[in-house]
Amino acid sequence: MARFNDANLTTAHEIIARYPRPKSALIPLLHLAQEQNGYVTDEAMRQIAELVGVTPAEVLGTGSFYEMFRFEPTGRYLINICGTMSCALMGARELLHAAERSLGIHAGGTTPDGLFTLHQAECQAACTEAPCLQVNYRYRFKMTPEGVEQLIDDLRAGKLDDEIPPHGTLARVRQHIPSDRAVGAVDPDDVVGPPAWIPVTVEGAGS
Amino acid sequence: MTDISENVDTVEITVNGKAIAAKKGEMVIAATDRAGEHIPRFCYHPRMAPVGMCRQCLVEIDTGRGPMLQPSCMVPVAPGMVVDTESETTKRAQEGILELLLANHPLDCPVCDKGGECPLQDQAFSHGPGESRYVEEKRHYEKPIDISPLVKLDRERCILCDRCTRFADEVAGDALIHFVERGNATQVMTYPDEPFSSHFSGNTVQICPVGALTATPYRFKARPWDLEQVDSTCTSCSVGCRISVHSSRDRVLRFQGVDDDDVNWGWLCDRGRFNFESVHADVRVGDPLIRTAPDRLEPTSWSGAMAITADLISAALASAGAESVAVLGGARGTNEDAWAWASLADAIGVERRDAQLDDGLPAGILGMPRATIRDAASAATVVLVAPDLKEEMPILHLRLRHAAVEGNTRIIEFSPTGSGLTKHAWRSIRTPVGATSATVAATLADPEVAAQLASGPVVIVAGRMNLAESADQVMASVQALTAAVPTATVLPALRRGNVVGALMAGLRPKTDDADARSILAAAAQGEIEVLVLVGADPLADLPDADLAHRGLAGAKRVISLDGHLSASSTEFADVVLPAAVMAEKSGTTTNIEGRVSTVTQKVTVHGTARPDWMVAVELASALGHDLGVSSVDDITARLAGAGAVAGSIWQGSVPPGQPVSVGTSAPNGYDMRLVLSRVLYDGAVSTRSSASIAALIGPGGVSMHPLDMEQLGVVAADEVRLSTDRGSIVLGVCPDERLDRGTVWIPIGQNSEDPRLLVGGGAVTDIRIERV
Repeated sequence: MARFNDANLTTAHEIIARYPRPKSALIPLLHLAQEQNGYVTDEAMRQIAELVGVTPAEVLGTGSFYEMFRFEPTGRYLINICGTMSCALMGARELLHAAERSLGIHAGGTTPDGLFTLHQAECQAACTEAPCLQVNYRYRFKMTPEGVEQLIDDLRAGKLDDEIPPHGTLARVRQHIPSDRAVGAVDPDDVVGPPAWIPVTVEGAGS
Repeated sequence: MTDISENVDTVEITVNGKAIAAKKGEMVIAATDRAGEHIPRFCYHPRMAPVGMCRQCLVEIDTGRGPMLQPSCMVPVAPGMVVDTESETTKRAQEGILELLLANHPLDCPVCDKGGECPLQDQAFSHGPGESRYVEEKRHYEKPIDISPLVKLDRERCILCDRCTRFADEVAGDALIHFVERGNATQVMTYPDEPFSSHFSGNTVQICPVGALTATPYRFKARPWDLEQVDSTCTSCSVGCRISVHSSRDRVLRFQGVDDDDVNWGWLCDRGRFNFESVHADVRVGDPLIRTAPDRLEPTSWSGAMAITADLISAALASAGAESVAVLGGARGTNEDAWAWASLADAIGVERRDAQLDDGLPAGILGMPRATIRDAASAATVVLVAPDLKEEMPILHLRLRHAAVEGNTRIIEFSPTGSGLTKHAWRSIRTPVGATSATVAATLADPEVAAQLASGPVVIVAGRMNLAESADQVMASVQALTAAVPTATVLPALRRGNVVGALMAGLRPKTDDADARSILAAAAQGEIEVLVLVGADPLADLPDADLAHRGLAGAKRVISLDGHLSASSTEFADVVLPAAVMAEKSGTTTNIEGRVSTVTQKVTVHGTARPDWMVAVELASALGHDLGVSSVDDITARLAGAGAVAGSIWQGSVPPGQPVSVGTSAPNGYDMRLVLSRVLYDGAVSTRSSASIAALIGPGGVSMHPLDMEQLGVVAADEVRLSTDRGSIVLGVCPDERLDRGTVWIPIGQNSEDPRLLVGGGAVTDIRIERV
């Protein structure tokens, strides 16, 4: 379970083939691993290292730089309650307490049923809507303690399944490039002429 | 700029009002270093790419737009550039950076190994503000954690300069440590349960500019101001890395790499760095020993032991002639040692001598046009017909890796197993055992390969890639290559310490047939009256273990001159003479290039041990010959007269070998072909008697292709029985996809049954494998 399942392994190979160098697929593969398990497991990092030809330490070093990759078991719903200035002034502490009471865990913890992980987060760039929180990075604005309890009940009851997919989900419809439209992976060293993003207009333009 | 300098490679810049000539393309800090203007720095290292990580080298640089603070390790020199390393702004910037670096750095200098030689400590004194305004609690981490059995990491002391992680990735190619987390939590870390088990991990300790990385064998052993040091040369293998030997209270406490532009660039492998422990090991021989009963060696005096030795040799010479005396070894000593023993052998007419133990190549390889390491690292093509250099000559591996990754060198590798350089090789060709030279010949016919070989200088690195295959295969391959590329030069990858020096000084067989193998075969036939082992341990090192045993048993008398009590001495020697080891004697040594460099005595010899040359000179005197030397300097002078001058290449005059032709060996009904080779940590005496690295000797086992394992019906770690017509052993099995099917690889000198029991000395070794 912790390594890629067969379907995801196929996807992983597809992702790697998009890049001229396998190493470039490192971050997309971390996303894929997080999508599969809700967090990036040690085994997945080892497997990614094998797939893209780097050491596991390099995978961990790269992945751990990014806040949104999680390396410990994480609930189906990751609740980030903002604790920075605007939200703190507008009652973020009460929101956190309500969530802690309702879930029976402290900030930083995960419920035993594996459904919720609760975090106090830094500013989420929604100060005008304080206090705010995110569930799997979906905003909830101007929250109240009662609203938090209701949100948790709704999540538990599965009422928000359509809006909020499990933690780690990147997209419900995966990008697929038909082979006839795929440009293919071109090694930067093999590129001749001007970069592709410069529109070709007049012969000799740009010189 | 209209004024174009005549020398386009020189750029004129002004540093603190002084005009200096900088090299085109170099960074400001490198130019100021050469001009004697010191800029403080932590992350910059001349042998690694600059990263501008620590910001300590900020100086005011004016490129025409007015002075600006810029990191001097990241700014290339430009004509007319004005640099001020002492301006008020520069000083304030450097003080500010130091204050920031020290904010989280614990001031535990009194208990830190680095204290006294610490760039952070030194530069805090020379360039720091003197006082810290930081009164808050510092960052805390668990105090030192093991990132490998040899290296401990103290993250509190770390200033995140990126030297160790850059080294691991860029230089060693083992990116097993990396920055993890970000911001305030950034730290150097390994992957969980995957230690920093690089062959080069000790270098990170040496280049760490703070006490964050410390070496387990040196922790709390000495303070830097109590250490005495001399420059010397490492003789763990024959690359000849320059080292600095550090001792305190007459004990060797560590080796540090010294930057030699021609050889090691400051790097050392962990085996070379940490096997200093063997100098003071329990198994050192302190007094001469004589055998008083079959299982008993008793201490005696030097005069007594020498008298017995001289009597034994003169009796043998008188009764059975010089043919009945043989000298094996010499590769562990200095050039002077080898010269003295070769001169003694000459004086008494002994022709049976060999510094190799059937584990290298015929001495004729030294008679071919020779390449230097620099030649190899700058060649257009390097052809490897050699063992895995990462395991056997790690620093040569680093130099060639650098040439392939950073330079324009292309590597063509011939190997039965693949090697550490495989992933950097332009072509890596698996050579079936017994068909090495045929594979080389077939590859030469490839037009692409031929075009590559014709594109520029070619260097052939030649060594014994498989101890279970005849050396003729390698020699025939090299001859085929030099025939195809007549301008190609050869870098002999003969592994043992001073083997090149010993061979060139005269401890080489007169003909290729008179080598160690034939000497021991003669001994097994009872033809040898006295066999002298000069720092040689055939029981542990000869690929054919059975022949070593029969040869030592068949020799009437065995004299062993030995630093450590070896298996051959314990079991067979009639007289054991204690020899001084490296760091206990002075002289010169010769590396694979033929480069002569000095080794220096740093500590007093163990017990009454003597250098090999002294024993040879005294023995010659006792036998009525005067070698005409009375000190090591006399011999060094003699050798210098013969071209062996420290610091230069000893050309010598070894005759090239005869052309070798090899057939292909038909399978003999056994189903697998054996590859035997060495790994970094093997049973070598200096490894086994150094506690820190002895623990790293592996469990051993046999590697084979996963499909062969499947066919055999075994999975990883299962035990299998390997049999040849010589013997049979049981080993654990592990899968290795690098191998061809039908080929199995076993490392020797590991903590397993001895695979040398399978080897007979034929052209190839075919084995049968069964499940147990």
